[in-house]
Amino acid sequence: MALVTFLEAIRDGLREEMERDERVFLMGEDIGSFGGAFKVTEGLQDRFGAERVIDTPIAETAFIGAAAGAAHMGFRPVCEVQFIDFLSCAYSILTNYVATARYRAGLKTSLVVRGPSGGYVRGGPFHSQNPEAAYLHTPGLKIVAPATVRDAKGLIKAAIRDDDPVLYFEHKYLYRRIKDDLPYGEDIVTPIGKARLAREGKHLTVVSWSAMVWKVLEAAETLEKEGVSVEVIDLRSLLPFDEESIVTSVKKTNRVLVVHEDTRTGGMAGEITARINERCFEWLDAPVRRVCAHDVPLPYAPTLEDFVLPQTDDIVKAARWMVEY
Amino acid sequence: MADAPVVAGLARGQLHELYYWMRLTRTLEEKLVALYRQTKVVGGLFRSLGQEADAVGSAYALDRTRGDILSPLIRNLGSMLVQGATPIEVLRQYMAKADGPTHGRELNIHFNDLDRGFLGQTSHLGDMVPVMCGVTMSFKLRREPRVGLVYVGDGAMSTGAFHEGINFAAVQRLPLVIIAENNGYAYSTPMAKQTAVRFLADKAAGYGVAAEQADGNDVVAVYETTRRAVERARAGGGVTLVELITFRRKGHAEHDNQSYVTREELDAWEARDPIDRYVRRLTESGWATAAELATIDARVSGEVDQAVAACENEPLPEGASALTGVFADPPAADLEWYRRL
Repeated sequence: MALVTFLEAIRDGLREEMERDERVFLMGEDIGSFGGAFKVTEGLQDRFGAERVIDTPIAETAFIGAAAGAAHMGFRPVCEVQFIDFLSCAYSILTNYVATARYRAGLKTSLVVRGPSGGYVRGGPFHSQNPEAAYLHTPGLKIVAPATVRDAKGLIKAAIRDDDPVLYFEHKYLYRRIKDDLPYGEDIVTPIGKARLAREGKHLTVVSWSAMVWKVLEAAETLEKEGVSVEVIDLRSLLPFDEESIVTSVKKTNRVLVVHEDTRTGGMAGEITARINERCFEWLDAPVRRVCAHDVPLPYAPTLEDFVLPQTDDIVKAARWMVEY
Repeated sequence: MADAPVVAGLARGQLHELYYWMRLTRTLEEKLVALYRQTKVVGGLFRSLGQEADAVGSAYALDRTRGDILSPLIRNLGSMLVQGATPIEVLRQYMAKADGPTHGRELNIHFNDLDRGFLGQTSHLGDMVPVMCGVTMSFKLRREPRVGLVYVGDGAMSTGAFHEGINFAAVQRLPLVIIAENNGYAYSTPMAKQTAVRFLADKAAGYGVAAEQADGNDVVAVYETTRRAVERARAGGGVTLVELITFRRKGHAEHDNQSYVTREELDAWEARDPIDRYVRRLTESGWATAAELATIDARVSGEVDQAVAACENEPLPEGASALTGVFADPPAADLEWYRRL
């Protein structure tokens, strides 16, 4: 047994890709000798040297822009954003320059931007965000958000090998809370754009991703005791996303609930709902519903954060409503 | 010896080349103005009138045989030509032709060829500084003796991307030359409303990088000054901020009548026209004869006319060609999505 945490799986993926491909290098704030704010890159500078694990100034635009330039020249840089909330600092260069480079100029732009996302950790408004929706609307970017230890490793490896820019959102709540048996050196590559069937069921499909998948599975256990059989799709990739898996499941269960940690308005659930309407409206026995965060900045106090973010009980209640519809 | 250096390490043939590139820049732009007036240019037209020496002289300081790479700004048509961009590519870009370097996806001189040594700009000023940090990092990581050069102007230097980029390059000691074109105006905004420093080169001190300054309308001085910075970068001496003082003698783009610039200012800079000045210097110093320059002029006109004739009537790209190439994989956006409703 080689039990590794979600965080260690990311580190193993980075290390293995750096070992197999000398074009891979890392950039970010405090990632070198300090090993990163969460220690994801701990030990990597010792292993690969300061030229391949580069400590940068506090300058997201500079290092993401530099990653693009190095990628044009054939490298495969991986940037760590210390908290994914700070990705917005580089929003312009990421959406205007990086995302369009292949399309407008035929430039190789194989780079990864990864960083801790998500709440339930009392991080307050600037250390808890799930800003995926801000980037979903940008043709040219890919976005992945693993829920399992296995996919944490499989998706970082896939992202590094991908020929296009990939945003990798790693939920910090999962970092040390989940473990799996992952033999060191096992070359796991999770295909980008393919969902995972996390649980089979008959009465209702729940589509989710990242840490929220675990709350959905918890809710499914409760519902099972009530005789409601829930199918859970872990989307894993948000851009592009696995429309086919959702459609197949909808045609089987005829009911869909979309659960995400990001706020409701303009969130990913809206897009999923629209696709379901386009593809399989006549198969639905109930309206598509969403369980999401309230439309407020994420507050700090436990009572406030717990109220704003979706909880297992919210999922259970929404599922009951849908099955009874 | 025919190729012995006569000034700034440049031989007669090289001095003639500098003239050729400046003349080609101006003649090509003048031809584009004619096409613009015939509504054959699809979008806006950007002139570098009066700035040809700054573009050509600085690009000429790079070493094309070693694979140096530059990233231009909108007044740097001349820099791109020096690196190997061709008039027909520029014409096709402006006229949005299917066979242009970006197949109608991007406009004007926004295109690139890293093999020839130019990386296309985008409209977000300052962004190319971080990107060129990455290009020059690749030189450093591979231990290649190559140099990068990136242009900014008095306007671009107000952006956050410029600040982050030059600081990053300085800390990493990258082989990067940053050319600060001081051409008086960013669109209609004069330099005094852009920055409180007297000279753009003054900003170098704040980043701990070397500073140089030259008369941007003197092509030999531009070459000589930039060459120093290029050699410093190649020798591991890090970043230099080179200020070239010049003037934008046309509006931001062809639609802009430059009402915010006085006649006196324009006249003063017209008297310092970089091509006229260079012609006088070449002939007075005996570096070129009038006949030699006339031969170059004729060659330039012939090349530009030929390029226009070759592409003027080419088709625009097919609409559906817009859907490919967003990603390496999948290959195309979904053409039929809206019909599935």
